[in-house]
This record gives sequence, structure tokens and C-alpha cells, in this order.
Amino acid sequence: MQAQFQHMKNLFKLLQPVLFFAATLISTASHAALEIEISGGSAQQIPIAIVPFAHSAAPSQEKIGDIIAADLRRSGLFRVLETAGVASRPSEVAQIKYAEWSVLQAQAITVGNVTALPGNRLKVTFGLADVLKQSQLVSMEYNIAPNQLRLTAHKIADVIYQKLTGEGPIFASRIAYINKTKGRFSLQVADADGVNPQTVVSSSEPIISPAWSPDGSKIAYVSFEKKKPIIFVQSLTTGQRLTLANFKGNNSAPTWSPDGTKLAIVLSHSANSQLYTINADGTGLKQVTKSGAIDTEPTWSPDGKWIYFTSDRGGNPQIYKVSAFGGEAQRVTFRGEHNLSPHFSPDGKSIATVRRDGGKYSIALQDLTSGQVQILSEGGQDESPSFAPNGRVILYATRVGGRGALAAVSSDGRVKQRLSESGGDIREPSWGPLLN
Amino acid sequence: MNKSILNKKLLGSLLLAMALSACKSTPMVDKPAAVEDKSPQTAAAPAAPVAEASADTSGVKEPVVSGNPLTDPNNILSKRSIYFDFDKDTVKEEFRPLVEAHAKYLAEHGNAKVVLQGNADERGTREYNLSLGQRRSVSVKKSLNLLSAQDKQIETVSYGEEKATPNCKDEACHQLNRRVDIVYDGE
Repeated sequence: MQAQFQHMKNLFKLLQPVLFFAATLISTASHAALEIEISGGSAQQIPIAIVPFAHSAAPSQEKIGDIIAADLRRSGLFRVLETAGVASRPSEVAQIKYAEWSVLQAQAITVGNVTALPGNRLKVTFGLADVLKQSQLVSMEYNIAPNQLRLTAHKIADVIYQKLTGEGPIFASRIAYINKTKGRFSLQVADADGVNPQTVVSSSEPIISPAWSPDGSKIAYVSFEKKKPIIFVQSLTTGQRLTLANFKGNNSAPTWSPDGTKLAIVLSHSANSQLYTINADGTGLKQVTKSGAIDTEPTWSPDGKWIYFTSDRGGNPQIYKVSAFGGEAQRVTFRGEHNLSPHFSPDGKSIATVRRDGGKYSIALQDLTSGQVQILSEGGQDESPSFAPNGRVILYATRVGGRGALAAVSSDGRVKQRLSESGGDIREPSWGPLLN
Repeated sequence: MNKSILNKKLLGSLLLAMALSACKSTPMVDKPAAVEDKSPQTAAAPAAPVAEASADTSGVKEPVVSGNPLTDPNNILSKRSIYFDFDKDTVKEEFRPLVEAHAKYLAEHGNAKVVLQGNADERGTREYNLSLGQRRSVSVKKSLNLLSAQDKQIETVSYGEEKATPNCKDEACHQLNRRVDIVYDGE
């Protein structure tokens, strides 16, 4: 124990200049990426050693090991061990001297290598080994273009995460959100770790409700650029956009069917908001609800059969469900003053809602079989929940110091993250599907 | 929050910042979508033809038409906002004269058109508030309809909470955000 403490102290000394350097970099980095704060963590974190990848290829800006470590740490399920004190730097599983790593109490170790291939390609190899059993768990090889290095790092983090936790992949994905800065609204897309934000569209009028197509190639959103809410669908690859719905009154709350062929939308015409479905090319409008009350915030069940939505037909806003083809609606939520903004977990077993209790809005998770409800966020003005592709994390909007910020919570409530951008007001997050 | 958590968080974010700053300019695998600036044209035409001021009619005792009644601050038609109670869409008695004046104007000017822009305070979700604002604009429309304004003259839309004063600390502030604005075509 004492040796370990001494080791930590040495390590801190070693890191000091690096930390100072990092602190000076934050101000520039913050313009390029969201800053992420993590709190909490699983009771039993898996101790893992990530040996820096050997970069025998041309010098690369990308430190694959760092990206993998950041991903795993953010999940709250891993304790990433410091490897600086270990002399050896294996780059393939056969080179691992397990005794060195069991001293660190590592349960697992990853090693890897980046080498140049002809035609400006890179070969990334990676191996994961069990330190106790002294055996390889998995090895992978990727032949990539240089600009796919970050994505490859996220994919490797996903392989490690899947192998050691049994959960589905999560890191190789993107998030969309609205950034309001200096009176301008921008729909932005960033990697799931907040890095590399790109502006999809911007306007001096509000933009709300971004929704990913199931294949991740398009985003539907609501823009007020014509002084009223109109729904657009925009391709992320070509930038081309389609006016999906521009009817009299409001056009809002788009959400894709699981097969990506249709969207559920909300139109008001000259009365209250009602649910409709429309083909992804803007044809085939069909009315789904005819209640006279407010019906809004539709979301499809993953099997495509149901549309869950918010309605105040019972006096207060609560969640109801209706067949995607219309018909009688049934009430789904019964606890809490209000329940709004339902979003399905990818397995279809639960819904996240925005729940109001005592005037405060928090994120709640309701098991659809048992009806049990767990409150996942502290509450205030939390809204806009969406699930990670594996259902383990819920991303939502919150407020910090009067400004919008993003937060994420594990679906068991244990690990919390906050993502913010200095100077920005960030809202309306939506977690996209996995990248291929 | 105890100190060790704070330190861990700090260390975590520093390490992360290192990771991020080391690799911030890599293009995405998908081509980034083109940045489109879709900001609307803001050139607004005058609301209605402004009556000519008769400056040189010396001695004639005709009433001087001072300008557009819709923008004349002494005319009730220049008042455009109707405020609502929390979670309510009922047009309160104090706004009757305002609604009646606009209904009369619309009835007398068959070509005039209005957009009723509903608004909500910032509590609750953005989409639900869009629907709440809509319900308020529908309520005002019904009042205008009852007083002979025609359907084709009125469009009801909502900004939800998007135009609300943010971070309201008290009810007086929220109250100002729960309103319908009457906007004439071309304004």
C-alpha cells in the first residue's frame, strides 16, 4: 500500500508539468470541443492498463490510447491505470510480461500498434488480454484512412467495453444539439465524446427538436427561420435539405419510424397540436390523433407498432400510447404531477420522461412491464432525454448558472457527466446511432 | 462535494482536455454537412399604406389623419399583446377592448391578415410549450372569429418558450412570457 502511495506521488511529480501544460490548453480546446465533467462511478470498476499504442507510422496527432482511456473512464465502469511506472511497452499480446501488470493490479490490458500502409492508409492492430488468466481475449486489425483514426479508437474502446462488461457498443456514435451563441442558433453534430463539433445549419431564429434518422445519415429539425415552426430534413453527407412539413399553423416535434421510412410529426393547422405521420419524402400525410386536447412529442416504439406521446387530455400532461395507424389512446404514466417528452430505450422495455414534481423537472425512467419509476436527475429544468445506442446512458439538457448545458446519466443512475461549452448555451441534445 | 471527488474530477477533465486538444482537427468519417445560413430576410414592408398627412390645408377644419392606426401609439390597435394566467388559455376581461378593436379592424379590412404568435414561459419542455402557446393563440383566434374576423385572415402559430425572457426568478417575469402577440401581415 505504501509502495503504491509512493508510486502515486512520483507519478504526480511526473505529471505536474503536463498538467500545467494541459491547463493552458483548455481555453483553446474549449472552442473546439465540449468540456466533460464526470462524477460518481460503478461500485466495482474494472482496473485496466492501456499501454500507449506504438506509432511506427508517420507521427500522428492522434493518441489512440488516450481516446480509448477517455471513453472507458467516462463510462464510469473502468478504472484506467497509470502505466508510466512500468518499464515495458508491449505493442502486441505476445510481448506482454503479465507479472509487471499484475503488480499494478490490472485485470485487463490493451496493447496496439499503428503502422503505415501503401496508398496513405494505416493499419491499426489491437489486442486485449486478461492479466489474471494471462491469455488473449480478443484481437482486431483495421485498415483505415488517416482521418478514421479517432473513429477507430472509439471502435476499439467499444470492443473492450463489450468484452469486459457484456454491454453493447456506445462510443463510436455522435450527438446532435443546439448551440445558442451571441443570439445565433446552430444545430451541431459532435462525436459522442464532445469532440469535433460541426455546424449543420444556423439561423438567427430558434432551432429546436433535432431527430436522427435511424441510419444516422439525416437529421430532422424544427426551424423558426420563416417566423413560424417548419420541419426540415437535412442530409449530413450532402448538406441538402427538404422542407418536410410547412402547413398552416405549427409544424413540429419530428421523430423517425424505426425503419426510417416515415416520421411522426405534430401539426396544429388552426387548432391544438395533433399527431400525424408523413413519409420521409414529405408525401402521404395521415392524421393519427383527433383529441381536441394537446397531443405532442411523439416517439415510436422500437417495434414500430406504437407511438407514445404527451397529451393533456386528462387535465395535466401525461404520456399516452396509440397505434401507429391511429385509434384509441391509452394512458401510460400515472405518477408525478406531469410527465412529458417520452423517449424509448433501444430494447423497448422502458421510457425516459421529463417528470414534474413540486414544480421541478427531472429525468425519470419508467419500466413498461412493472410500471416502476426511477428518478435519474436532481431536477430543476432538465429536459430532452435520449438514450445512447446501447441504452446504458441517457443524455439530457440541464441548466447550469442560467445557461443551457448537457448532462448524461447512466440508466442505473450511478454515473453522471456534464458537458458544457464556455460561452455557449447548449440545449436539445439527441444521441445518434452507432457509426459504421 | 468532498475534496477528493473534486480533485478526481479536475484531474479527469485535465487529462481529457489533453486528449481532446491533441486531436481536435480530424475530419469526421462522414463528410460534414455544408453550413447553411438560412437566416430569414428581415426587410419588412410597412403594415398598411400610411395616410398622407395633410400639411397644407390651411384653414380647413378636417380631422388630420396622423398615420397608421395600427402603429399609432394613441390607438388601441397599436397594443398587440394579450397576457395569460399560468397554464390558462382564457382571454381575460381586461384584454376584451384590445381584442374587440382588432376584430373590428379585421372585419372592416377584408384584405388585412394577422398571425397570432403564442408564447409560453420557460417551465416545461420546449415542444409542450410550443403546444401551450398554440392553444393560447387559438383562444385569441376564437375571440376574433366571434367578433366577425374571418378564418382566412388569421393564422395561429406558436413560438413556445423560444422568445421567453430566460431565467425568470419570479411570477411577474413568467407572466410577461405567457402571451399572444398579434402581428399584421408584412410587419
